[in-house]
Amino acid sequence: MSRRFTPKVVTANRLREGDVVYLTADDRWTPHHHEAELIEDEAHAQMRLLHGSAQRLLVVGAYLADAKPGPKGPEPTHFREAFRTRGPSNYNHGKQADLVN
Amino acid sequence: MYSYSDFDEAFVRARVAQFTDQVNRRLDGSLTEDEFRPLRLMNGLYLQLHAYMLRVAIPYGTISPRQMRQLAMIADTWDKGYGHFTTRQNIQFNWPKLPDVPAILGALADVEMHAIQTSGNTVRNVTADHFAGAAADEIADPRPYAELLRQWSTDHPEFQFLPRKFKIAITGAPNDRAVTRAHDIGLRMVRNAAGEPGFEVIVGGGLGRTPMVGMTVRDFLPEADLLPYVEAVLSVYNVLGRRDNKYKARIKITLHETGKDAITRMIEDRFAELRPQFGGNDQTLLADIREAFAAPAFRTAPVDAYDAFYKADPVFRAWADTNLSQHRNPDYAIVTVSIKAHGATPGDATSDQMRLLADLAETYGHSDLRISHEQNVILPHVHKSDLPTVHAALVKAGLGTANVGLLSDIIACPGMDYCALATARSIPVAQELATHFEALKLEHEIGPLKIKISGCINACGHHHVGHIGILGLDRAGVENYQITLGGDGTEDAVIGEKTGPGFAYDAVIPAIERILRAYLGLRLEPSETFLQAFRRVGMDPFKTALYGGEGAQDAA
Repeated sequence: MSRRFTPKVVTANRLREGDVVYLTADDRWTPHHHEAELIEDEAHAQMRLLHGSAQRLLVVGAYLADAKPGPKGPEPTHFREAFRTRGPSNYNHGKQADLVN
Repeated sequence: MYSYSDFDEAFVRARVAQFTDQVNRRLDGSLTEDEFRPLRLMNGLYLQLHAYMLRVAIPYGTISPRQMRQLAMIADTWDKGYGHFTTRQNIQFNWPKLPDVPAILGALADVEMHAIQTSGNTVRNVTADHFAGAAADEIADPRPYAELLRQWSTDHPEFQFLPRKFKIAITGAPNDRAVTRAHDIGLRMVRNAAGEPGFEVIVGGGLGRTPMVGMTVRDFLPEADLLPYVEAVLSVYNVLGRRDNKYKARIKITLHETGKDAITRMIEDRFAELRPQFGGNDQTLLADIREAFAAPAFRTAPVDAYDAFYKADPVFRAWADTNLSQHRNPDYAIVTVSIKAHGATPGDATSDQMRLLADLAETYGHSDLRISHEQNVILPHVHKSDLPTVHAALVKAGLGTANVGLLSDIIACPGMDYCALATARSIPVAQELATHFEALKLEHEIGPLKIKISGCINACGHHHVGHIGILGLDRAGVENYQITLGGDGTEDAVIGEKTGPGFAYDAVIPAIERILRAYLGLRLEPSETFLQAFRRVGMDPFKTALYGGEGAQDAA
């Protein structure tokens, strides 16, 4: 039996600003990880990645990142992806500052 | 310092115009990202973890007050009010937006700066001794040669698609402050038996995945042969270097796969072909460049005020003892401004700090500033009588930290706080090391110590040549830090030795403390430095301090 598929989200950076974004189920790019579509099926993940990658005027470097369900929505499982949801740890810059309001 | 010729000016402006058009075509969809990526990298623009990053070259680490102010303006206008000085004497802006990059490059061109060849498989920014032209131990100022190499390598048609990136470092002094043995080509000025200056040519050094100390392929190269010889090295590498495997593509691997004798022969053969083609224009150019680097008109004035202040003020004295170096003019000093306040990010300067440094350089430093590969800023020529005033101004701006060469003068790469390649964070480790030992008040007792931290195997933080090196890795989804001891980046370059199993993020500061307490316990006298003690006793006492007695491997 093949290994169980780890749930994924589609993530990328915005073309103009470089900000980290996630693909939602209703085809928006959101800065909030918990609003991303949590994809539990491998074939569907590939379709969503293709859909995301095709939006060349909006995003750069789309890829599938591991995630898990949480109380508010999908949560990252790896520390790299956790950092991408916030910004750097040495300054209050990036999303941890920009998304407060 | 060197001023752009009409040719330089036209070239840089043309590149700005070209890249402006490329950005516009990316934004309107005429270029795909795959098409655009190599074009933006040729202009120093990366896409990092949270944003774009623009890497701007500071050739051989020399920068004028006017240029420094322009960097401050760029930081305020298009970034978040600061810049990050790197181990390759570049500055990185961490938050530019793609549509703004053409304007930033235009603003750089206004002060004779650019981001060309700060990425890609080309000859990168040529780095040099940050004390060039000022150091007491110098044979000659290496910067005219570095500028000659910059002009020769910029847009050189033969070397735009090398197998891999190519880094050249040059020093004019026997005490190597430019880590020349860890570069693709290292050039060390030496004198031959007749007393003429020339270069020891070292090839195939490099850190990264496969750290290697370079090998000397020429003991003495006459200075007139510099360009044809460097071109011969690159030409041989361009043919032999492996393009099939990124991890075997650097010249250090080429050298080891080909053999030192064989590659030396090939270089010499190619040099014999190239030498006659250099008709002397390079030497004419070098003579012109050299004039641009003429020493400033040093001031003659009494230095009694300095001596009196040194005796009277312990804070000033502490700073003078760590942050000043010997100038070739005995009435002058070289000031290293620490960009490493305890708890701050190594190498980060705010726009206000940049402007202050520019003002100080203009008023007290013959308008000369340097960026060191150790991520500090240098005022190379300060008359001793001005030092108390300069120190007071630095202290007011948070730049008066007296820690150069000590534990908290840490090199750290951006790590996973910014870098897309990183496997772990490095900045917070540096910050915590500095504040932890500051709280313990142990820094001055420990004495000279170079800690260098990289957040991935590519070793931008030079961890292999740190007396204590720290390498951040991703071990099964958790940050883990490998420690090396005994590295040395000077003319006696040594790659550090791994202590053993790595340490979790929370365990790395206590581990460094165990190493340093072991050192304090075993050193023969306070003047025996950590590196000297390590060379005397070897790894074992430190292993015991880290992992306990035999068989006890409590580290993760």
